[in-house]
Amino acid sequence: MTEVSQEPAPKTRGNFDHILYVLRANPVTLIAFGMFALLIFSAVFGPSLVPYDPLATNAANALQPPSTTHWFGTDNVGRDVFSRVIVATRLDLSISVAAVALSFVVGSILGCIAGYWGGWPDIILNRFLDTIMAFPLFVLAMGIVAALGNTIENIIYATAIINMPFYARLVRAEVNIRRDAGFARAAKLAGNSDIRVLAMHIFPNALPPMMVQVSLNLGWAILNAAGLSFIGLGVSPPTAEWGIMVAEGANFIVSGEWWLAVFPGLWLMIAVFTFNLLGDGLRDIVDPRKRT
Amino acid sequence: MSKMLSVKDLAVSFQTRRGEVDAVRGISFEVAKGEILGIVGESGSGKSVTSYALMRILDAGGVIKAGEATYSGIDLRRAAEHDMRDIRGREISMIFQNPRAALNPICKVGHQIEDVLRHHARATRYDARAKAIAALEAVKINDAEARYDAYPFELSGGMCQRIVCAIALACDPRLLIADEPTTGLDITTQKAVMDLVRDLIRERGMSSILITHDLGLAAQYCDRILVMKDGVIVEQGDPVQIFSDPQHPYSRKLVDATPRAGETVRSLLPPQERGEELTPTVSDQPILEVRDLTKTYAGKSGPVHAVKGISFMINQGQCVGLVGESGCGKSTTSEILVRLMDATSGQIIFDGHDIARVPARSFAKDSRRADIQMVFQDATDSLNPRHTARQTISEPLRRLARMRGAKLAVRIEELAVLVGLPLPLLDRFPHQLSGGQKARVGIARAIALDPKFLILDEPTAALDVSIQAVVLNLLVDLRAKLGLSYLFVSHDFHVVRLLCDHVIVMKDGEIVEQGAAEQVMSNPQSDYTNALLAAAPKPPQRRNIS
Repeated sequence: MTEVSQEPAPKTRGNFDHILYVLRANPVTLIAFGMFALLIFSAVFGPSLVPYDPLATNAANALQPPSTTHWFGTDNVGRDVFSRVIVATRLDLSISVAAVALSFVVGSILGCIAGYWGGWPDIILNRFLDTIMAFPLFVLAMGIVAALGNTIENIIYATAIINMPFYARLVRAEVNIRRDAGFARAAKLAGNSDIRVLAMHIFPNALPPMMVQVSLNLGWAILNAAGLSFIGLGVSPPTAEWGIMVAEGANFIVSGEWWLAVFPGLWLMIAVFTFNLLGDGLRDIVDPRKRT
Repeated sequence: MSKMLSVKDLAVSFQTRRGEVDAVRGISFEVAKGEILGIVGESGSGKSVTSYALMRILDAGGVIKAGEATYSGIDLRRAAEHDMRDIRGREISMIFQNPRAALNPICKVGHQIEDVLRHHARATRYDARAKAIAALEAVKINDAEARYDAYPFELSGGMCQRIVCAIALACDPRLLIADEPTTGLDITTQKAVMDLVRDLIRERGMSSILITHDLGLAAQYCDRILVMKDGVIVEQGDPVQIFSDPQHPYSRKLVDATPRAGETVRSLLPPQERGEELTPTVSDQPILEVRDLTKTYAGKSGPVHAVKGISFMINQGQCVGLVGESGCGKSTTSEILVRLMDATSGQIIFDGHDIARVPARSFAKDSRRADIQMVFQDATDSLNPRHTARQTISEPLRRLARMRGAKLAVRIEELAVLVGLPLPLLDRFPHQLSGGQKARVGIARAIALDPKFLILDEPTAALDVSIQAVVLNLLVDLRAKLGLSYLFVSHDFHVVRLLCDHVIVMKDGEIVEQGAAEQVMSNPQSDYTNALLAAAPKPPQRRNIS
């Protein structure tokens, strides 16, 4: 009565092997992860490794073009642009990661409730999300920061609020289609309560598409934070932050000092680009069906 | 008879991440004018790929590697794509497996027929509507004028399949390829659709290729049968001959595994795999008694009575079959019995207590949760894609029996041995397991806690016949070994008869007939039971039962 399997059972891979496999299979993912590692490295160790103090001014050395001593040149008060760009990584990444984590958690909880139980919580949540999404999102974020005050926490809250509807919508749909799936019913027969079925069985299956959303969103959140700083809401000078640096540097582009705005802008672009590329790879890693 | 289609040494392969996979490895056959050819095989045999190759609609990565396919002088392998577009639909057309997926869900069915007609210049803007209605009438759709404006979701599965037939036949093709045309349809609908297709083919003098996994169905409707396995044709011949004297061991296995009158569950297996038959002990103590059970939903147009007051009894160790077609309330009944759903009224006496009083929501915490378990219909859907087989089987043990560590590991391996799942497979994810292996995992999970009562919801519906034979035997053995009581929910009388002592026939939420299995099948009292029995495909009897 036994079925003879055609091939010897492949050794089941561990998580680490699986991540290596995904990276090997897709060079773009490998590049994205490499760039991501670089960003993390500069966020963690950057401040202690940069050649100059990002806040130290030196009027005698202002507006120097890029050179071997100042790779990205110096700004109008003589601060080293390279040091400032690297040091800013930590702040920008923290804001976006915190904001995305917050919207991921809140959005997932709301989406799970709406998708699993339906009924009036679903209706109320959907109208609430529609209301948020009806605003131009950046303007909404501006309004929130302007009303709550010009602090880093408020930038995080504002970014989280405008991103939250996307997570809630996505989770709601993913949970809803699996609500009556056989494995969810089987989990109930195994003695799981509704909440356990939802949290341990249904929600993890929504993770692959969520990962794509998370990584796209990280890039978007960095852009958003930088945008708020650019228009003067949020992080205040002289703190090193890409958005402010672009805003300040923009004044000097006309007079030919392009390096003030271009390098922070380039780093911003690289960060957003990295997160966008990361999405597919992350999905492959959390999707068990990609394991062979 | 002249040849219409001739295929010679056709080989198809797919480019995959693990290198090239040969789906079809050099097959040759011919279809004569007016002939209905059956291609029979189990999943993965290459039968569908063959038909896709003929139509040149292979999935990405698939190529015809070698061989010739000639349709009345046209080289199908090398014809230009725009020539193929003309051939598809007008010369060769196809009926797909899932009628709902084959129809555009946001288009009126009438427009979908018009589309084909106008694409092949069979109709103009002015007479398309009339021709589409005529096409609907040809497939015997009542009130075709009104159905013209229907959307696919408004129609039943059988109706959708008729629409697909109407589209396939609209341009009077000369060859019709039907790929599992009745999978997922009820047995009476299957008969109606197959009879219709056969009559239309005969009427119009067309040829046809019927692709199916069901040897019984092929035998009933085809003039000649090819049996395929792993991309090669292992046997061909006329149906009666294949049934009475299969030459190849594989066709013999398939013939054996096809359930039909006069067989026992053991005789479905190849002779060398038949184990000793175990006799289950049936006591006359009821384990479960259902009294006047009803379930009413609030529908859009008034209440829907899914179950209208049914009563029956299951004795300890007994296997009761619940038979009916989709929508008869059998799934609702099993959901209520397994306490995933609350009944509107009625009692479920289990072990002397009315478990209908405990709401389904809090039954997960009830002490009797472990006693009533279920094997779900679709093994794929019922396994969490993120859990390995081991995690899946451990779930009830961890949650309800609070088993941990070494004890848990021992029990899981014990269960795997019991259901015949090789131990190395325990660490695989569902997508790495075959259909039969997934079914075993589902069964292991259901019996993990030594339940007293097991509901089997068409546990073999999605399986190939040879795997079905193995799983049915496993269920029979487990029942005898563990003293289980079963409620076996199915639409297939042949399968029910093999397993069950007692049969309940349901229709529209009511029990129309119940009694001992042999008696109900040999001497049905209600017209409905009669119709169900008559609709089941009747494979020719074997002359020599080995």
